[in-house]
Amino acid sequence: MSVTPLDQKFRPETLIACPRCDVLHLRAELGAHQRAACQRCGTLLVAPRERSFLHVIALAFTAMILMIGAVFFPFLSISARGLYNASSVFEAAMAFSDGWLVPLSLAVLVMIVALPVARFALILYTLWPLGKARPPYRYAHSAFRIAEEMQPWSMAEIFIIGTAVALVKVAGLATVSLGPAFWAFCALIVVTVLNTIFMSKAAIWDAIDAGRR
Amino acid sequence: MSFLTAKDAGLTGCTRCGRVWPEGTADCGRCGARLQPVETRSLQKVWAWWLAGLIFYIPANLMPMLRTATLAGAQENTILGGVIELVAHHNYGVAAIVFFASILIPIGKFLAIGYLALAVGTEARIGNHRHLHLYEVVEFIGRWSMIDVFVVAILSALVRLGFVATVHPGPAAAAFALSVAFTMLSAQSFDPRLIWRGERARNEDP
Repeated sequence: MSVTPLDQKFRPETLIACPRCDVLHLRAELGAHQRAACQRCGTLLVAPRERSFLHVIALAFTAMILMIGAVFFPFLSISARGLYNASSVFEAAMAFSDGWLVPLSLAVLVMIVALPVARFALILYTLWPLGKARPPYRYAHSAFRIAEEMQPWSMAEIFIIGTAVALVKVAGLATVSLGPAFWAFCALIVVTVLNTIFMSKAAIWDAIDAGRR
Repeated sequence: MSFLTAKDAGLTGCTRCGRVWPEGTADCGRCGARLQPVETRSLQKVWAWWLAGLIFYIPANLMPMLRTATLAGAQENTILGGVIELVAHHNYGVAAIVFFASILIPIGKFLAIGYLALAVGTEARIGNHRHLHLYEVVEFIGRWSMIDVFVVAILSALVRLGFVATVHPGPAAAAFALSVAFTMLSAQSFDPRLIWRGERARNEDP
């Protein structure tokens, strides 16, 4: 197939290529509650431009505050036969720090604390001006792309399920009590899920674009 | 119904944000991601990460995940051993979670990614949708295998009760974490656009 040279009038913003199957779509203006999905594979391409940015900003702030509590408050403690031990989230991550398992400690810390915090910070950086209908900050596009790329590796919600499993395993052995950090982490998971629901990738890209032009 | 792809139109779509650019553009001008034309996407990386994941999955299952010392004596548990112990203590729900996350999901992921990679270029029209769904499931579920690593971390940080009970992490924790990370990378290296290339992908392959 021959390729026609693209002339000066080529305007890429009028087209969308489906990231999942490469089908080319012509963009149309959407109504308030309309969304556009790929004609072939059904991947969501454009979501309405409702101003849900403020929700996301609020949730990202909440998440960062909860994370501070989750890291520094007591997480779990156990006692059996007069012996007592408490652990914070930080100590849980550092559990692998003796011997050659040290890199795993670091990886765990990154996955459950550093990446979630960094992701929320980048989302705030991207959305803060957009939420107030101002042009985006410099590098907002890179910030948001990196936030998206971090998403699979930020595993706070998986950590809390792991905690539940660990609690059941310990339950027969000792008395366990849950500290404030445990509840902060649970709240963090709810906030993270809500954040994912409210955050429309396509709408954010559009807003970054609109602000730049 | 026939579809015009970005490639047919002489364009390259950004897989991160959907913007299209003329063929040959290096980076997406909107989000800065590197543009990767479909036809240059090979399965080499997918297979490399897949194999690395599989190699680390073997010690992850053979070596101990947990070393427990209690008044009753010392004990070493592999992943499967942990599940069996949970069943023995009648914790069926948790045993099911661990069995699912640490045994079924990893094995299922190896099979699914392998199947998708082998099937590139052979899909029939109908098969495409099923393959994309399979890919999305693999992509979504893969990270949940990390549960067991976190369980080990929490147990070894928490259960430090001197002579009553102490838990230490075993080498399998590291092997398992690496195996999960490698299979996640394998899934991420797979370009779902390949699923839709059908016959063409096979004919264009050098």
